[in-house]
Amino acid sequence: MRLDFLYTAFAFFYQFADAFAFLILCAIGLAIIFGMMGIINLAHGEFIMCGAYVTVLTARRGLPLPLAMLCGALAAALIGMALERLIIRRLYGRLFDSIVATWAISLMATQATLMIMGPSTEGLQTPFGSFELGGLSFSVYRALLPWFALALLGIVYWIFMHTTYGMHARATIQNAPMAKALGINTGRIYGLTFGLGAGLAGLTGALYAPTMTTVPTMGSAFIVQSFVTVVLGGADVLLGAAPAAAILALLQAGLTTSYGQLIGQIGLLVTAIIVVRVLPKGISGWLARDAG
Amino acid sequence: MSHGYLTIVPRAISLALLTIGFAAPVFAADPVKIGLLEDESGNFAIAVIPKIHATQLAVEEINAKGGILGRPIKLIHYDTQSDNTRFQEMARRLIQQDKVDVIFGAFSSASREAIRPIMDKAKQLYFYNNQYEGGVCDANVFVTGAVPEQQFSTLVPWLMEKYGKKVYTIAADYNFGQISAEWVRNIVKQNGGTMVGEEFIPLSVSQFSQTIQKIQKAKPDVLMTLLVGANQASFYEQQASANLNIPMGSSVNVGQAYEHKRFKPPALKDMYVTANYIEEIDSPESNDFKKRFHAKFPNEPYINQEAANAYNVVYLYKNAVEKANSTDMKAVRKALESGDICTTGASGKVCIDPKSHHQSHTIYLVHVKADHSVEIPKVWSDIKPYWLGEAGCDLSKRDDFSQYTPSNPPKK
Repeated sequence: MRLDFLYTAFAFFYQFADAFAFLILCAIGLAIIFGMMGIINLAHGEFIMCGAYVTVLTARRGLPLPLAMLCGALAAALIGMALERLIIRRLYGRLFDSIVATWAISLMATQATLMIMGPSTEGLQTPFGSFELGGLSFSVYRALLPWFALALLGIVYWIFMHTTYGMHARATIQNAPMAKALGINTGRIYGLTFGLGAGLAGLTGALYAPTMTTVPTMGSAFIVQSFVTVVLGGADVLLGAAPAAAILALLQAGLTTSYGQLIGQIGLLVTAIIVVRVLPKGISGWLARDAG
Repeated sequence: MSHGYLTIVPRAISLALLTIGFAAPVFAADPVKIGLLEDESGNFAIAVIPKIHATQLAVEEINAKGGILGRPIKLIHYDTQSDNTRFQEMARRLIQQDKVDVIFGAFSSASREAIRPIMDKAKQLYFYNNQYEGGVCDANVFVTGAVPEQQFSTLVPWLMEKYGKKVYTIAADYNFGQISAEWVRNIVKQNGGTMVGEEFIPLSVSQFSQTIQKIQKAKPDVLMTLLVGANQASFYEQQASANLNIPMGSSVNVGQAYEHKRFKPPALKDMYVTANYIEEIDSPESNDFKKRFHAKFPNEPYINQEAANAYNVVYLYKNAVEKANSTDMKAVRKALESGDICTTGASGKVCIDPKSHHQSHTIYLVHVKADHSVEIPKVWSDIKPYWLGEAGCDLSKRDDFSQYTPSNPPKK
């Protein structure tokens, strides 16, 4: 009897953690680019797609999966930095122009991938197999994803709080002209930050590549969840992303388990609407106000 | 001022065209204009690109043999981008600007329903050349894909006999999934089984952990997966990695987006599909079709069921026009309703049913094994699209413009 309860609790925790991992990984790259640079990156899904494609292609050429995933993240980061240099750099402070430009990049990337790679690519198998508990079976790999997500949050926190780049980045965000006056190369910081955001998106694609179908439009599967999480979390990725993803994951796992996928999706969007109304600056804005 | 300029330009162009027209050699015959609306890009491109190629192949073959009634076919193709609004725009363009003799195409049922009213308003002859949820009883529309009574009345009883009577359905949450699920529900009940679960999933969903767990808790013998599109296709890898291990039945997989070739085994282990064609079919007609297809499109990754359907449509239309001795849409429709418009394509002989405007099919039961090779344990030949006719749809006698479902049949 007690064991049954534990099994049910574990099953729910697995669902919660699974949703949490997806939301965190969806949002982290977008949150950095939005929070640090004020760019709403509608091509976020395509950076994820890029990471997934590079992972699948390199892994199928025989590269071990972890290295293939690293390649995916690096490829997305490099493309991100190149795009920042060529296009995004001209759009700082022009919110709506940046939306249109990144949307255009998104459309072109999807179509170019379709033309070059064809409509579909043979996928990868999810590694590690499954385990059983209380009559239910679970995927080991998916059970590990939440821990990856938490580790990634830790790494991002460390980068921004304990490295020279992180200090310069925070200085640039707070007051770019002042940072420049103090000798920080703000142009380089923006380039690196965009690259970091794009690289994290690529890593998300890489991590989910073995569990999904690799198609040119796969970025769209991530985009709604990523924007909802960023809206809920607010501009500060370090403060907002984790609690936002936790709240949304709890709601989504609960609603989906009890009422199905449709209600789960509706719950996600309704929460976003309510939060935008009540906490226009998101959770991080609210936390920061409390602290300050 | 600018208004005057605008009216002069088209006049100048038409004058120029007239001059060219007189200067050019006069063709013996105007082309037969076929409009094609297919998703060359977007979510459905995987399954649709072979359709476009099959249509082009049939047109090329017919043109090489002198066309239809001695007239060459001119194929006017617009990429509808898996976007219903674009379907509507391009359908209007084909009708009003290009003035085509017939329109083929559409993949998703949502896009077909988006353009069907436009076809009806213009009384435009239209062939929906795709597998779907059935029930369209429309004077202007002919359907050449397989329908539920052809796919489910064969598949579901066979699966229940082999694996057991408890069935769980997950289906894409739009007209296709909803109506297909209703068919499954009815057939399960008629065969003495029980539905232990049913869930409709939005097309945007790509993460299925919760769904997989719900299925595990319900312990079905058979899982019907009526999932559509690239997002939902992620279900199969995810269910395999969670070791769900329940035999699956479907009317859409394998035959359309060749998941058994694209996914790593054993994601689709023990998937059963009733298809009216797949590339692996080893018959004289199929092998001949594959040879011609690969000669023209050597890099085609897979020749799917809808390619076979799209190919047949061009020949069915040709036969109807030749019987009518005209491309006049009323005359062609009458010829199609004669009951003897047939063609022999990749899956054998198929004929148009006059009452429902649907088509008979050979139905192959396809079993995907653990290594993703397929076997065909059963073939049902000449399965008629019986349901609409039995339910009271008779387009050869009475016009109609509706889509019916088992719970909403035609009024008698």
